[in-house]
Amino acid sequence: MTEGAVKPAAVDQAERPPRNQWLNVWDQFKTHKGALVGAAVFLTILIFVLIGPLLWKTDPGFANLLMRNKVPSLQFPFGTDELGRDLFARMMAGGKVSLAVGLTAMSIAVLLGTLIGVTAGFFKGLDGILMRLTDLFLALPLLPLLLVMVMLFRESLANKLGPEAGIFILMVISIGATSWMQTARIVRGEVLALREREFVLAARSIGAPPVKMILRHILPNTLSPIMVAAALGIASAIIVESALSFLGMGFPPDFPTWGRLLFDAVDHLQDHPNRVLLPGIAISLTVLSVNYIGDGLRDALDPRIRGR
Amino acid sequence: MFTYTLRRLLLAVPTVLLISLVIFMLLELAPGDPMADMPLTIPPEVRAKMREALGLDQPSYVRYLLWLKQFFWVEPLHLVDIWFGTSYGEGMQRVVSWQTRSPVVDLIAQRLPQTLWVVGMGYFIGVSLAIPIGVLSAYKQYSWFDQLGTFVSMIGFSVPTFFTGVLLIVVFSVTLNWLPSIYDTTLVVNSWSTFVLQVKQMIMPIMVLALFNAAQISRFMRASMLDNLQQDYVRTARAKGMTEKVVVLLHVLRNSLIPVVTVIALGVPSIFAGAIITEQVFKVNGLGQLLINAIQSNDLPMVQTLTFIFAVLIVTFNLIADVLYGILDPRIRYD
Repeated sequence: MTEGAVKPAAVDQAERPPRNQWLNVWDQFKTHKGALVGAAVFLTILIFVLIGPLLWKTDPGFANLLMRNKVPSLQFPFGTDELGRDLFARMMAGGKVSLAVGLTAMSIAVLLGTLIGVTAGFFKGLDGILMRLTDLFLALPLLPLLLVMVMLFRESLANKLGPEAGIFILMVISIGATSWMQTARIVRGEVLALREREFVLAARSIGAPPVKMILRHILPNTLSPIMVAAALGIASAIIVESALSFLGMGFPPDFPTWGRLLFDAVDHLQDHPNRVLLPGIAISLTVLSVNYIGDGLRDALDPRIRGR
Repeated sequence: MFTYTLRRLLLAVPTVLLISLVIFMLLELAPGDPMADMPLTIPPEVRAKMREALGLDQPSYVRYLLWLKQFFWVEPLHLVDIWFGTSYGEGMQRVVSWQTRSPVVDLIAQRLPQTLWVVGMGYFIGVSLAIPIGVLSAYKQYSWFDQLGTFVSMIGFSVPTFFTGVLLIVVFSVTLNWLPSIYDTTLVVNSWSTFVLQVKQMIMPIMVLALFNAAQISRFMRASMLDNLQQDYVRTARAKGMTEKVVVLLHVLRNSLIPVVTVIALGVPSIFAGAIITEQVFKVNGLGQLLINAIQSNDLPMVQTLTFIFAVLIVTFNLIADVLYGILDPRIRYD
């Protein structure tokens, strides 16, 4: 960093070597305490889920019937469930699935939303119909429809691709296909404003084809709202996945996710309340941290705030 | 204003029809067969007759039109019959549940009060908490109250309702043993003690929903107040020597409520659809549970009708929000 705090800043500013803008974004991001804590928590959860299984080698599916319903101890840090399966290992395995669903569904939603938003904003002829489509999707009762979709296609997909891969693909696609609308709206608004700017006019006047113009001039400028939408999209995808699992419409019982673990634990609520708390806290912490990261990103990516 | 409303209304009709088509097409793909749980001893010709009676031998566009007719013509006629004792709808085929073989709408009418009471109350309390919280946190921006409010509302919409619900059960039912964890719908309120019981069993589901709704709406209220507090008319009002109470509660609050009222209207359909999870947690046998049971037992007419009712509610309240916005804010009426 340059010593910008010293008074003759006007000269310094001009002679300062150009800085990577992502460093500026990071500087701003660091000032948002919630976002910083959120990022730390999210990283911890990622490490727990990804590196944890390499160190803690217990099989999450192994039912040790002699060790049923154990309270937390050194051997089982989170205790065991009614079949004697190690909850510590199951939490790690479940987190992996939940986070994978969240990230993949978010990517689909953001890709779809960006595609539709950019197309609607850039090509005037398609704007009307695409925005009506977005409105239509916004008027659909999403949770009931998701439940219906899972009910209808679970068997056939599970037969084709195997129970786990089938449900995973079904979940990811159905969540992605029902949560792109906000991104599309935001991106469209942004593109509509960008299209009238001089640099786009310049590109057009030197004969750049529309695809080049979009990839080179429009998309990089819409990156910040897309990134914020992506962060918030992970949170909502994780919530939806665990809600579906909680309603018994998600992954099969032997395939742990955080929502599924919570659902299974509700039956033993009276005797073992701690089993409910673990997956619930994991889901809530993840969503909370991702939401805070999204909040911080929004501020950090806004150049009007960044300057202050 | 009239043309504005009319234009919105005309736009809503094709939306509803399109949604009904989407739902119908989706369920057309369903592998479930209503005859699947019939005994195998039924001869094929009888089976074919039964399919015919259920209307399953018709091509799908005929069934779609028939369903539309049943939904928009036959069921309202039956409603009129019940209200006025007439008999317009007699002999007309109604939408029948495959599970119970009784009309779907009757079942929905049975379940509706529970949902309306519990979930509606949760929404009402959430809204009435959210508005003062939003006003205070905007007026004292960056104070400890504002910071706390921001944090609590962040938790409110980050922690999923199925976890807050279960958490409340752990605390108040399992540990403290104060409140019942299961909602007893057979309870008839006819004395003071049953009234107390009813209140007790409603507290937790209402708390869950109120927290979730208050979290979202209080943020909107705060943002809207902050927008308005910086307007010129606020400075004018203060310069004229009005008290802070009049400025904030009369000038700013009324203008800030305009966008919030539409947000509140937009949220009403979620009373019905979004409460599926809360109803499941506390075993309230409302509409959400009806839907889940119907999905689990492949009762397509029920699923179809319920999903469509949810969709109609969303479209209706979008319309109401639009019109309300037009009434409250004259700048919006672009006709």
